[in-house]
Amino acid sequence: MLRADGITVRYGRRTVLDGLAFELEPGAIVGLAGPSGCGKSTLARVLALMLKPASGTVSVDGTAVRGWRQRAPRALRTGVALLYQQPRLAVDPRLTLRAIVAEPCAANRVTLDDGVFDRVGLTADLLTRRPHEVSDGQLQRACLARALAMRPRYLLCDEMTSMLDASTQALLVGVVRQYREESGAGVLAISHDDVLLRRWADETRPLHG
Amino acid sequence: MKLDVQGLTVTFRIPGGVVRAVSEVSFQVRPGSCLALVGESGCGKSVLAHALLGLLPGNASVSGSAVLDGELDLVSAPPPVMARRVRGRRVGLIPQSPATHLTPVRTARAQLEEALRELGSTCDASSLAERFGLRPGDLDRYPHELSGGMAQRVANAIALAGDPGLLVADEPTSGLDRPLVERTMDELRSLCDEGRAVLLITHDLRAAERIADEFAIMYASRVVEIGSLEAPRHPYARGLVDAQPDRAFVPIPGTPPELTRLPSGCAFEPRCASAVPACSAVPAFDNGVACHVAS
Repeated sequence: MLRADGITVRYGRRTVLDGLAFELEPGAIVGLAGPSGCGKSTLARVLALMLKPASGTVSVDGTAVRGWRQRAPRALRTGVALLYQQPRLAVDPRLTLRAIVAEPCAANRVTLDDGVFDRVGLTADLLTRRPHEVSDGQLQRACLARALAMRPRYLLCDEMTSMLDASTQALLVGVVRQYREESGAGVLAISHDDVLLRRWADETRPLHG
Repeated sequence: MKLDVQGLTVTFRIPGGVVRAVSEVSFQVRPGSCLALVGESGCGKSVLAHALLGLLPGNASVSGSAVLDGELDLVSAPPPVMARRVRGRRVGLIPQSPATHLTPVRTARAQLEEALRELGSTCDASSLAERFGLRPGDLDRYPHELSGGMAQRVANAIALAGDPGLLVADEPTSGLDRPLVERTMDELRSLCDEGRAVLLITHDLRAAERIADEFAIMYASRVVEIGSLEAPRHPYARGLVDAQPDRAFVPIPGTPPELTRLPSGCAFEPRCASAVPACSAVPAFDNGVACHVAS
């Protein structure tokens, strides 16, 4: 269980999340809907241990989180993966696609399972290219492969497909669903698109800012 | 204002090759109607928009024509004519993500007044803003103080300050949430209903379906079908429609070809389930569709 309790986050004087509680069960795909600015992305960053809340606690499978960002224990950090809306802002432009996908494995000194490229439909000729040589859809496939590289127990998708065309959207959502079937991972699907969430998630919870 | 595009081709020379971004594209946009140009990222649709606005970089070469009102060719018009007589006056651009299109260190009013001054318009900023659903007080805010919807309206007001008859909207809704997407689309439709011709470029089929009179489906630099999406005929158009989350929600297998290495035949043939031997030749665009097997 990925669990957050009493989460409060402020940006300056603005309170974005106020005492929020949230639970993500393993094996579930939970949709999270709400208008822009209501705190969906903030919640995802807190759950991914990337943002320390002003108050509140997060626990991953019963282990309470004490350090955030680089101070978070490795085992907790690799257990939760976050996928962003804009792939171009989420990759190092100097690296090849293969190096981008392998980054988490390199940091953790494990070997990358090449099967992950097939899984997201990245062909061998794309792997030697850099981000400016591929389309948004191809780059987001690489970001999904990177998120899955360490086989996380929880996958948080923050507007994963809102920049992409319908076909790539259907493909990536299919990959996430299949990963959930195989691994029993919990998935948080954040989107402002109700039609998409009805198709993708087992249940959808509203978030009011 | 009517736009008539015939055989428009845009290529870019890059180190080690040539990118064919737009190949022999022909379509028309009539006054009071909206044509949605739909396709996945990297198919060439933004390059097409830039070609119509005369904003291509120096390594681009363009052929074909894009004639406005039967008298002005946007492709062959020299840059000073495009700058002084066309952009903002006859062709307006509704930009992608208005919040980043506006200058962050100046108020909305300063930017709108600058546009009016440059265009030599006698209209005043407050009354123009009111037409687009902004209170005059909103104009004294900086872009970061505007909500997404308000920033969109400021961008619309600037695009329409010179009262252009043709509007090119390049992904006007990417990254916006659904209610805002719908509001932006409805505003675009009302501009269209005032008698303007609107070319809407988007990857969001559902948003386009809300307002478009006609669709042009673009794949790997070519327009492969023009018509309604109720009964798509080209296999790619069918695949795109079926990939919608409220339809079959299945992706089209494979990936689109590189624009530097387009196949010699139909570019969709490697991904097409109904391909036949004839598909090794590029199909002609005939009767609304470019396909050897389309019914």
